[in-house]
Amino acid sequence: MDRALIRRALGDKVQFIQGDDACAYGALLAGCNFFAGYPITPATEVAEQMSILLPLVGGCYIQMEDEIASMGALVGASWTGAKTMTSTSGPGFSLMQENLGYAIMTETPCVVVNVQRSGPSTGQPTMGAYGDMMQARWGTHGDHEIIMLCPASVQESLDMTIVAFNLSEQFRTPVLLFIDGELGHMRERLVIPDDDEVEIVNRPMFNGQGKYLPFATDASLVPTFAPFGSGHRTYVTGLTHNEQGLPRSSSAEIHDKLIRRLADKINNHRDQIIRYEEFYADDCDIAIITYGITARTCRDVVEQARSKGIKVGMLRLITIWPFPDDLVARWAERVQAILVPEMNLGQMIHPIREAVAGRCKVAPLFRIGGEIHTPVEILTALEELQCQLC
Amino acid sequence: MRQEIRICGFGGQGVITASVILGKAAAVYDNLIACQSQSYGPEARGGAARAEVIIDDKPIGCPGVHVADILIAMSLEAFTRYGRDVKPDGTIIIDPDLVATSDLPERAYPIPATRIAENLGNTVVANIVMLGAVTAITGVVSEEAIHASTVKSVPARFKELNERALAAGMAAGRELKGLGRG
Repeated sequence: MDRALIRRALGDKVQFIQGDDACAYGALLAGCNFFAGYPITPATEVAEQMSILLPLVGGCYIQMEDEIASMGALVGASWTGAKTMTSTSGPGFSLMQENLGYAIMTETPCVVVNVQRSGPSTGQPTMGAYGDMMQARWGTHGDHEIIMLCPASVQESLDMTIVAFNLSEQFRTPVLLFIDGELGHMRERLVIPDDDEVEIVNRPMFNGQGKYLPFATDASLVPTFAPFGSGHRTYVTGLTHNEQGLPRSSSAEIHDKLIRRLADKINNHRDQIIRYEEFYADDCDIAIITYGITARTCRDVVEQARSKGIKVGMLRLITIWPFPDDLVARWAERVQAILVPEMNLGQMIHPIREAVAGRCKVAPLFRIGGEIHTPVEILTALEELQCQLC
Repeated sequence: MRQEIRICGFGGQGVITASVILGKAAAVYDNLIACQSQSYGPEARGGAARAEVIIDDKPIGCPGVHVADILIAMSLEAFTRYGRDVKPDGTIIIDPDLVATSDLPERAYPIPATRIAENLGNTVVANIVMLGAVTAITGVVSEEAIHASTVKSVPARFKELNERALAAGMAAGRELKGLGRG
């Protein structure tokens, strides 16, 4: 893609734009040249922005008949070598699950943005929520790993969308970028990074030497890629397949090897995937573990609580899946209690409890209805926890 | 210096547009940190509209406004709902033609934004009149920044109308400020 064209399409270096727009900008900077989607509040602006931007840089935008087809189009386009993205919200993400699994099984790079709203079903279209965290992990059937990032600001939405593309290319797997209706529609200052500040990773390509085995791998566990039309024979199937890509769905051995490799290629590289931020990590009795927009309020509260003598620290998860259980376990060893505020009725608290494994108390603070936690609410919860520890 | 600004009225008055222009003035042209958010119902027009802008010189955590430093109310319903959620030393700016109530605190600045806009030829710029007034009264953003942001945000053919609206709002704001209101 022509970087100068991308620059011209994006416009001013400093802008005041929405989280949704920032995801589209990040996609363009990462080299996205194909978008297929179906509009849905509060994610529509991602699609709208892509429909404006992609034609300006020679990319392709397709408005599909639904979200099932959108995911299908991503898989097809990605196999021609395109960098692909779609965006949706809860109801659409539900429809994408089948082809999300297909993309995992066929090792097809693609990025799915989910601007979450309250569910189940059509729920509260214009309100934010974080109710799809577990669906992201286990929404599609079968054993699998998934990569998911959860930014907390407009700038980070752009930055993490670029990271999402890079991880997707590096590991040849779908990557989920989750924000919510609140962040998606919130405007903040955005500084568009210069080209030398943007790292771009491309999927490992077949070098043309020897026979092409589309699903054979080296120690990276990621197979090399030859796009459709490059002259190499590739068979792409969701069935259990051998290194040639041919269906071998009755072999326990081939299935076991394939599915473990798909999991290992992500799990063995957790240190390259997991991103987080810590505050007052070394001097605290209580920790808040948080993610997404809620983390912003938590950060304010940490300062307020410390000025009141409550020794609280904070771990903000940016990578949600694979879950950083070692990191959470280390926090659990240092503190007496962990507060988990979530904009759902308890989702990430489950892997947190599993990682904590009884080392300290884990206290929930759940809020639903579409509004973010208030600082007072979180501070009160911390004060109550502090009292219980005394 | 965290300043929490709430602008409210009904759908179609440009409440959200005003908040975006104000936020952009701070974040892009005054080099401050700003965060703008809004809430609205599924209706396109007529329902209650509320927008919030937070302006600070350091990173903004919680993006929500609870008790505002500055309230701009452009409907009676909006004033009734949010009039009390203003800090004791905060600034209240209302359109007196739309917020006709005996509940109005002494310190409120009455800016007849809709009437001023009508005299300029189009009530659609009432929101820009309010932006001029809030800039003159509070100095929350600079006059240069609000001007640059407004011009950048409106269609070119309406540039002059918006500039006049902004200037009229600033004049009205300065006049009230000079009278010692607030």
